[in-house]
Amino acid sequence: MRRILAILLENEAGSLSRIVGLFSQRAFNIESLTVAPTEDSSLSRITIATRGDDNVLEQIVKQVNKLIDVIKISDITDRKHIERELLLIKVLAMSDKTRTEVKRIADIFRGSIIDIGKQIYTIELTGDIDKLNAFIEILANETEIIESVRSGCVGIARGEKALRV
Amino acid sequence: METQLFTGAEMVIKALSALKVKYIFGYPGGSVLDIYDAIFQQDEIEHILVRHEQAATHMADGYTRSTGEVGVVLATSGPGATNCITGIATAYMDSIPMVVLAGQVATSLIGDDAFQETDIIGCSRPIVKHSFNCRSVEDIPNIIAKAFYIANTGRPGPVVVELPKDILIPENKAAFNINTNIKMRSYNPTSKGHPKQIKKAVKAISSAKKLVIYSGGGIVLANASQLLTKLTETLKAPITNTLMGLGGISGIHDNFVGMLGMHGSLEANKAMANADVILALGVRFDDRVTNNVNKFCPNANIIHVDIDPTSISKTINAHIPIVGLIDIVMQQLLDELAASNFKPDQQALDLWWQEIEQWRSVNSVSYVQEGSKIKPQRVIESMYKITNGEAYVCSDVGQHQMFAAQYYPFAKPRQWINSGGLGTMGFGLPAAMGVKLAFPDSHVICITGDGSIQMNIQELSTCLQYKLPVVIVTLNNRSLGMVRQWQDMVYGGRHSSSYMESIPNFVKLAEAYGHVGIQIDSLDELDEKLAQAFSIKNKLVFVDVAVDEKEHVYPMQIKTGAIDDMWIKKGVKA
Ligand SMILES: Cc1ncc(C[n+]2csc(CCOP(=O)(O)OP(=O)(O)O)c2C)c(N)n1
Ligand SMILES: [Mg+2]
Repeated sequence: MRRILAILLENEAGSLSRIVGLFSQRAFNIESLTVAPTEDSSLSRITIATRGDDNVLEQIVKQVNKLIDVIKISDITDRKHIERELLLIKVLAMSDKTRTEVKRIADIFRGSIIDIGKQIYTIELTGDIDKLNAFIEILANETEIIESVRSGCVGIARGEKALRV
Repeated sequence: METQLFTGAEMVIKALSALKVKYIFGYPGGSVLDIYDAIFQQDEIEHILVRHEQAATHMADGYTRSTGEVGVVLATSGPGATNCITGIATAYMDSIPMVVLAGQVATSLIGDDAFQETDIIGCSRPIVKHSFNCRSVEDIPNIIAKAFYIANTGRPGPVVVELPKDILIPENKAAFNINTNIKMRSYNPTSKGHPKQIKKAVKAISSAKKLVIYSGGGIVLANASQLLTKLTETLKAPITNTLMGLGGISGIHDNFVGMLGMHGSLEANKAMANADVILALGVRFDDRVTNNVNKFCPNANIIHVDIDPTSISKTINAHIPIVGLIDIVMQQLLDELAASNFKPDQQALDLWWQEIEQWRSVNSVSYVQEGSKIKPQRVIESMYKITNGEAYVCSDVGQHQMFAAQYYPFAKPRQWINSGGLGTMGFGLPAAMGVKLAFPDSHVICITGDGSIQMNIQELSTCLQYKLPVVIVTLNNRSLGMVRQWQDMVYGGRHSSSYMESIPNFVKLAEAYGHVGIQIDSLDELDEKLAQAFSIKNKLVFVDVAVDEKEHVYPMQIKTGAIDDMWIKKGVKA
């Protein structure tokens, strides 16, 4: 089952490599991982999307918690939470027909065209994984995808619940 | 007044002094020469020069396992640091606190593949509790203090500190400040067990009809053997120890049913398999204990106490998990037992002990000394008598290790020192040296094999230099006995590379290093010559005992079976 883990850790040299190393060392799966400093630059926030049954998940959470740099970890999957991912995608837009169609699809998904080349549109879209997947699939039916990059998902709990020091 | 300034190298030594370190185990090289220069100019800390960095780690480890004090290792960058890897992994697997100070090339050169540059932080990452890159002179004291704190609290383990050359040199000085009262927002090990869980545990214990206590290395690490004995006597239950937990309760205590697991006693494994409640204390349900996890103790309600939450429900599901320091939790359990007026159910207890006595009567840990060839077990028994059961026994890895664990009942914790988790051949001699350094007046035995001893035999030279008269007893079976046993049992007797073709003359070798060598070939000279070896006080004695090479370690769990599916002897199942 897919799980979203939110991790707060010391923003120190090597702390990310310890997380990544732990996952490969113990054969845990990483679907995506994002990391950046928080508003307090001594802290980093990581979101990991992973898969595993309950036992594996329990071990992942405990093992990550055991790392000395880690301050908190929370599995936000079962709570009310918000999940977002950023997609930047470059597609061929040669004919008028394709251009209109790509623009229309982008509008429907509330994406925006952020760069235009001679024959290329670059589109930006945020959303949860399903939305991004659907968007890519529809675009692929319409035209050729030249390049795409996804940020990996970030997540945060809804309401009062907060992951902080 | 001007504040006094120190070099990084001086700070390393000052920090170690502040942390009451007595010994550094190490080996010099380019990147750490400034530290060696600082060592030379003081006399608070003694440096022990080994002959291979791996031995430095094991020696520090043996020192720690016997005293409880954190061992310190110093190695140069590159090969010096990588030579420490096996010793770090050994300490990590057995939760031994250790601080390894590793040199590094100058900060400006890091990443350039400079001479003797390896990323030791990266290399050691999966086998350390934590590691630090030091990048400035003034950080050194507090990083070292933190390294000690992390190594020695919670579930202990090794910590690596990387020290680049440019922060150690005389050109670079700073004021010395150290804070040994450490608080970290990201690291706060638990101490007390959750009161609700304690209550639950006591309830389960009180209604148990077949309770067994299964205790391990955590008891030894926490110096909790008195509490364990008290708890055992309060519950009147049978108790078994893991290989790492031997000595946690006296090996001759009436309630002790022996070691459990792969080469454990039948009664220990049977008690586990038939228990309705298992009180697991400072153990981790290792695969060398459980055998097939799917068949593990199906009827047992498992109470698992450990300082490390990751150990709980990792391989075997715990019904009542308790996270906390083992000594504190055992005291909580005792208090709760007293508060609830606990009285063991005498009738159930009698029946349970009757069952156990039946398994005991099989006498599964036994051997027959027939013919003139010395049985390896007989050597251990003889040493037990000669040393009154009071020696520190440091073991290598193989059949000899299992024989020592089975036939030398340890009265006290920290008396039995072996590499349980990693199973590192070459551990025994340097570990024994570390113990001897700490306890010069005690008998310190290195029980080893003809294979293992050759993995760190160069340390005979260190023993001479620092006058470390350990007694080395090699159970010489002219083979990698444990490998051969598996080949006999599983691989149709095909002895692929488990036979040693050209074993050195160990007596002459010991003599060449300036020690005493004793050869024992026949049974009738065994006791006398062993006694002679232990009577020599000021010289290292290397005893080479020719033992029966055909002897296998029994009992032995049957692969893929339950915990109590065992071979009692060749071809005989329990
Ligand atoms: C460093 C290392 N390499 C390989 C092994 C695998 N191994 C386990 S026991 C053993 C044989 C040990 O032989 P010896 O020291 O003579 O002891 P014996 O079993 O004969 O008593 C080997 C090779 C190991 N445990 N450690
Ligand atoms: Mg051998």
